[in-house]
Amino acid sequence: MFTRKRRRHRAHDDAIDAPWVGWALFAPAALFLVTYTYYPAIATFVTSLFSDPKAGRASRFIGIENYRSMIDDPIFVKALANNAWYALGTIPLSIALAVLMALLVNRALPGRVLVRMAYFAPTVLAMVAVANIWLLIYSPQIGPLNALLSLFGRAPHNWLGQPDTALGSVIAVAIWKEAGFFMIFYLAALQSLPLNLAEAAALEGASRWYFFWRVTFPLLMPTTLFVLVNAIVNAFRLVDHIIVMTKGGPDNASMLLLYYVYETGFRYWETSYAAAMSMVLLVILGVVAIGQFLLLERRTHYR
Amino acid sequence: MKIGAETPYSRALETLAAWLLAILWVFPLALCAWTAFHPVAGPSSDGFAPLTLANFAYVWNAAPFPRYFLNTFILVTLVIVVQFTLSTLAGYAFARFRFPGRDLLFVLVLLQLMILPDALIIENYRTLNAMGLIDTIVAIAMPYFGSAFGIFLMRQTFKSVPKELDDAARIEGAGSLRTLLSVYVPLAKPVYLAYGLVSVSFHWNNFLWPLIVTNSVSARPLTVGLQIFSSGDQGIIWPIITAATLLSAAPLLVAFLLFQRQFVQSFMRAGIR
Amino acid sequence: MKDWPVKTIAVLMTWVAMACALPAQAVEIAFYYPIAVSGPLTKIIDGLAADFEKANPDVKVKPIYSGNYGETLAKALTANKTGSPPQVAVLVASDSLTLIDEDAVAPMDQFIKTPADKAWLDGFFPAFMMNGRYLGKTYGVPFQRSTQVMYWNKDAFKAAGLDPERGPQNWDELVEYGRKLTVRDATGKVTQWGLIIPSGVTSHWFLQGFTTQNKAKLTNEAGTETYLDAPATVEALQFWTDLSRKHKVMQEGVIDTGNAPNEFIGGRAAIMFHSTGNLTNVKNNAKFPFGVAMLPERKQRGSATGGGNIYIFKKSSPEQLDASFRFVKWMTSPDQASRWGIATGYVAGRQDAWDLPAMKQYAKDFGPAGVALQQLPFCAPEFETHAGPRTTKALEDAIEASLTGTKTPDKALADAQAEATRILRSYK
Repeated sequence: MFTRKRRRHRAHDDAIDAPWVGWALFAPAALFLVTYTYYPAIATFVTSLFSDPKAGRASRFIGIENYRSMIDDPIFVKALANNAWYALGTIPLSIALAVLMALLVNRALPGRVLVRMAYFAPTVLAMVAVANIWLLIYSPQIGPLNALLSLFGRAPHNWLGQPDTALGSVIAVAIWKEAGFFMIFYLAALQSLPLNLAEAAALEGASRWYFFWRVTFPLLMPTTLFVLVNAIVNAFRLVDHIIVMTKGGPDNASMLLLYYVYETGFRYWETSYAAAMSMVLLVILGVVAIGQFLLLERRTHYR
Repeated sequence: MKIGAETPYSRALETLAAWLLAILWVFPLALCAWTAFHPVAGPSSDGFAPLTLANFAYVWNAAPFPRYFLNTFILVTLVIVVQFTLSTLAGYAFARFRFPGRDLLFVLVLLQLMILPDALIIENYRTLNAMGLIDTIVAIAMPYFGSAFGIFLMRQTFKSVPKELDDAARIEGAGSLRTLLSVYVPLAKPVYLAYGLVSVSFHWNNFLWPLIVTNSVSARPLTVGLQIFSSGDQGIIWPIITAATLLSAAPLLVAFLLFQRQFVQSFMRAGIR
Repeated sequence: MKDWPVKTIAVLMTWVAMACALPAQAVEIAFYYPIAVSGPLTKIIDGLAADFEKANPDVKVKPIYSGNYGETLAKALTANKTGSPPQVAVLVASDSLTLIDEDAVAPMDQFIKTPADKAWLDGFFPAFMMNGRYLGKTYGVPFQRSTQVMYWNKDAFKAAGLDPERGPQNWDELVEYGRKLTVRDATGKVTQWGLIIPSGVTSHWFLQGFTTQNKAKLTNEAGTETYLDAPATVEALQFWTDLSRKHKVMQEGVIDTGNAPNEFIGGRAAIMFHSTGNLTNVKNNAKFPFGVAMLPERKQRGSATGGGNIYIFKKSSPEQLDASFRFVKWMTSPDQASRWGIATGYVAGRQDAWDLPAMKQYAKDFGPAGVALQQLPFCAPEFETHAGPRTTKALEDAIEASLTGTKTPDKALADAQAEATRILRSYK
């Protein structure tokens, strides 16, 4: 509807030079952003530099002591490592599945609407709801997963209760929830791909696989970037299923960073240590944000 | 989009693949429904006992789910209304006005996209407590009022409105605000729908922050209510838990089933950026 | 109009008279409570609160259901830290040190003024008072307490050729019965496990069954030292681990605490260790006759006590503190204690509650109700130290590591002991 060429030409020329109005319009949003994002971020950093007040001893400045303790804290290290594995487990798979789903659903398919519905449905569910359902699925004795396995003669497994499968089980839940959500963005992108490319390829007799890899997928790069960022953020922010299913166990096999922050802050009441770990989390995500922004910038100019 | 050599064989294979994946994907929900509609004697005993609504009735009475629904509805409405207003104003400012520090400020706004509210729960709790707002629906909503995503979205949308329409309105004597309301907002309707659906989805299903900031039934939303209901230290009774789960998920699920097309279109639009 | 001064004074005096006749503004107390047993218990709590208000018209009680024990503690402490704590809360008995360290709760002793008060405080079972006593003062009193008990499926016993009226009496018999009760189908898959012992949340509590039976002490009274790697403790964890990994009478890995009753009720495990608080659930849903008895002994019988005490939070006004004390006394008085005990299956915390005709009848009609009581003399306090949640986590990580085979019991407990010592260093 609104072409892009025009936008780039006009961008700075006809902005109205009315600073007060501009500021006034931005002010309300700015107020909330500052109060609930920037201020708390700074406050978190400050809190991490002071010890917790305890019965009989006031809070005092301890500098980077919290950060030093983190390195020595086996649970923190495990949580960080787990989160990295968790990200590696959920992100590529859910994106790949999303692309696959989008490709499948993008063409005339009998029952297309139903299929699309099936893929997208997990997105509208709350993660706590999803986690409860999967708790049943993974249930060692009555869960359908083990029932299915026994059909193939495999012994039942205690999925959430054994350290070798706990993290993987949780990853599967996340993939199930996310793939459909990412699919939508790919669908949008696929539908905006120019048709003449397809025709040209057909004329030249290119195989569909070749076409996909050499043409479609590169053109989907912007979408992949967007989805990637979303996926990375979710890999760190979504711990609802940990709360419901494993509480980080067994023996920290499924401990994730944000969950550890939550436990440290609201179960152990070590507010300053929790603040320090929150900073680590913020820094990780900040780095990703900057990375995305730089890549976006480059891409925009490239196009 | 037919490209390359494509046999009916490969076509059928793809259809089969799509369907198999779909069945796999819908299985957990189906299981949930199956369990919820069966009596407490359980699917483990004889899976074909007659269907019943008893579990839903039990859940409805055992915990104040009606109140949870109301709370969630109020919460989501509040968030949407405020987010729309603030994002529209701010987006308009960034799109059409020049003011000192504008570009830097916009970068800072974008940065917020990466600062998880979830990583700031402790500090935000302190702030809201200082304001005496703990355990209110407003407290759940407030940290989300300033939405970088929304500002970003509205800015992009407004930037792509043809300048001629803006000029036309001004020639007729409309001030900035008037122009905003009569030109930009109506043209952005599809984007509002998209943004609204994404936001509703997010806030309906938000859990960790509402868990921390609410204490009592008066402010508790569905997700927290469901979890509290399911996490008693005693036995998990699956038909009850799955019934509660379905009940909480029902509004969004039903809305999705009925308005699938709009849902999908909206999320697509929100992503096209 | 000339007599308006008189009229005005008359009106004013009426107002003053009315104001004096009005009861004083009611004192409001917020009461956080968890639900740890299934059932429409919020209604009963509301009923209890209403009855208290009837007898005490100057107090308004606001019961707030705040999730399970962990969530209720989190809520109460968060509220306390940010200046608006509840007045009364039911929290796990072993949370007392955490509450004391956070300067959240008031000792009951400061409210004891009359001989009746003293009699009330002394009337609780000593076994239930162990958690909650600190430096000579009492910080929480029993409200809904429990012990572990052993449940067994009488039909399964009969099918295995065992006497359905007799549960295993000691560790050796436990293994022997477990072997006989573990049923496998033609493919070798287990259709019925001999035992199920939860190892999910609160696994430390289930370990304490074994450690108490083995006469192992886990902490000192001040809560500043732990003895997790003592030989008797390691032995206890070894035995628990062997049940699944060596004797194969129990499922391997971590067993979800909340789901365990389902497995027992569903006939997929023949013997279950769990809280006496599950009695009502099992009674209502098991389709087979079941037995309940004390846990099998080794050097002695034993279990840890569990469940919730009721606490008074100190950051309240004097009127609220007074009202809170009256409320606490009332909720734990024999009548209410028995009412709550019968409704939930929790153990009423005082002897005179059990002496009431209603309780006597209940115990007679439902034998298992008295098992926990029988076990009380052999009970140990629940694991409790300063920085309790942290040290408990260290212990539970060790239990999980051992049960899943990631570490041997002695290595796991040695690591836990090192961790606990590190945590407790600043409290000595």
